Amino acid sequence: MANAAMPLAELQRQLAAVIMTPLTADDGMRESTPEGRSTRAISERVIAPNSRLDAFERLELYNQQYWYRVLDSLAEDFSSLRALLGSRSYHQLAVAYLSAHPSRSFTLRNLGSKLPQWLASHAECTGRRHKLAVDVANIEWAFIEAFDNAELKPLAVAEALHLTAESRVRLQPHLRLVALKYPADELVLDAQHRERAQPTEAGRNDAREELKPLKLAAMRSKSTWLAVHRVDFSVYFKRIEKEEHAILSAIECGATLGAAISQGFKGTRIPASNRAAKLRAWFENWAELGWLCAPEI
Amino acid sequence: MAGNRFNSYSDHGVGIGLRIPHYSHIFSQKPVVDWFEIISENFLCDAGRPMQVLDRILEQYRIVQHGVSLYFGSATEPDPEHLRRLKQLVRRTNTPWLTDHLCWGSVDGTYTHDLIPLPYTWEAVHRTVERVKQAQHYLEIPVAVENVSSYMAYKDSEMTEWEFLNEVVERADCGILLDVNNIYVSSVNHDFDPMLYVNSIPAGRVAQIHIAGHSRYEKYILDTHDHPVIDPVWQLYARAIERAGYTPTLLEWDDHIPTFDEVHNEALKANKYLEAAKPAAQPDSNLAGVL
Ligand SMILES: [Fe+2]
Repeated sequence: MANAAMPLAELQRQLAAVIMTPLTADDGMRESTPEGRSTRAISERVIAPNSRLDAFERLELYNQQYWYRVLDSLAEDFSSLRALLGSRSYHQLAVAYLSAHPSRSFTLRNLGSKLPQWLASHAECTGRRHKLAVDVANIEWAFIEAFDNAELKPLAVAEALHLTAESRVRLQPHLRLVALKYPADELVLDAQHRERAQPTEAGRNDAREELKPLKLAAMRSKSTWLAVHRVDFSVYFKRIEKEEHAILSAIECGATLGAAISQGFKGTRIPASNRAAKLRAWFENWAELGWLCAPEI
Repeated sequence: MAGNRFNSYSDHGVGIGLRIPHYSHIFSQKPVVDWFEIISENFLCDAGRPMQVLDRILEQYRIVQHGVSLYFGSATEPDPEHLRRLKQLVRRTNTPWLTDHLCWGSVDGTYTHDLIPLPYTWEAVHRTVERVKQAQHYLEIPVAVENVSSYMAYKDSEMTEWEFLNEVVERADCGILLDVNNIYVSSVNHDFDPMLYVNSIPAGRVAQIHIAGHSRYEKYILDTHDHPVIDPVWQLYARAIERAGYTPTLLEWDDHIPTFDEVHNEALKANKYLEAAKPAAQPDSNLAGVL
């Protein structure tokens, strides 16, 4: 007697588990899911064969399409990371990341949202360039957020200069603050530049093309603070001082300006006599760039 | 009157998909295009370049929204944030109808971003109907469901794909985005007569038609949207127009995208069939009274 029909939710869970199982080295479907379930048994229970393909081969097409799609999408978003590590190491990293963090969003835009954080605790995926790779991933994710995050009406410069120690402001949502161990922004800008210089058919690089790891002169670690933001629909990187990064980060966390400023100057080398002038210049600059907005009510 | 209630009685003719490699041509040359189809999910962000481009396009062109991740057939609940953002976009674009696929692709909040066929069972009919009705009610515009191309079939299926489509659209009282290329692709992959499919759908519910090219492999056909439309697909299209009358038609071309003109010219070939089905112009009623 035939088995009773599998409930729809159960059928979809089982198939999704197979479809999202990483491919073999030659892009075939594995014999078992990471949880140890037989992909062949699931295919044969659920899928009908036709005269040319058996159940396993038919499901394999979906398994392949899934991985090609998510890997292409992630590679497009993290093209500098891929250039840094070379296609082979990057591919292994991407498969490991996507296995740990499959998409939880209706848009592929968010696919890499957890990559920087995940990569920070997976040094085995990058070898000796781990810290640099984490920096690059952080910049590339900040780029995506700066590209299409919301834009609020900023405070005018005059308004910003009248804020008091008790004031709270909100940062422009497309402003992303990044703290780096290396001056990795130069590397990302270089990689972006190279990518633009070799346009391909559809206007983007082929995410499946082989790439050797980037040849880099020994790079010295140097703490670097970066603001990634949007001006007239284009994304820019702006180096900022350590103290600026600390103040803006505290503001982002909801601190009053007074608290943010004292936190920002903790352990600073800026002489006390220069601080007021510095602060004024920073606030003026931030306001000019539209980074300061009225707080949420 | 043109159209039907599933496309808000629209008179849209031949359109093409709005794709990034064509942006500069569209903005510099301002070509005459009847309408553009956008992938809704590419414009569900808050601001920035995508929304700027969209607003510029909206100044000059009509847009219809086509979605890829509502997954009407997914058994687990949809993300309310997705629907909320879609509705915002609907208000922005004024799309007269909205489409997405008759398939599943997410489970327990995890997304495959693929269009996976459903088992054609009564359970899937009921589930899908519920989801289509929910979307239609929330978005407050007509929703049309698109038949997907597929490479696998289920042992548990209790009916044919076209019977399944008919059951869903009748019960949900929604429109159909009939993709004749998908019908062709699936007919080869599943050994059925594609004309039988076209002849079996409720023609009065067709809100829109998709035409596209595909890639043929030794043992199967992949719906890659990277080639011109082939003759057998034009034949299915001709029959669909014969049955459904003048219907908004869109050419999909998503990979190896050629120049704007190449894509547009390929799409305009549909006019050969579409023009013949054009409803006769109605005389202006006031003038008619005077004369
Ligand atoms: Fe389609």
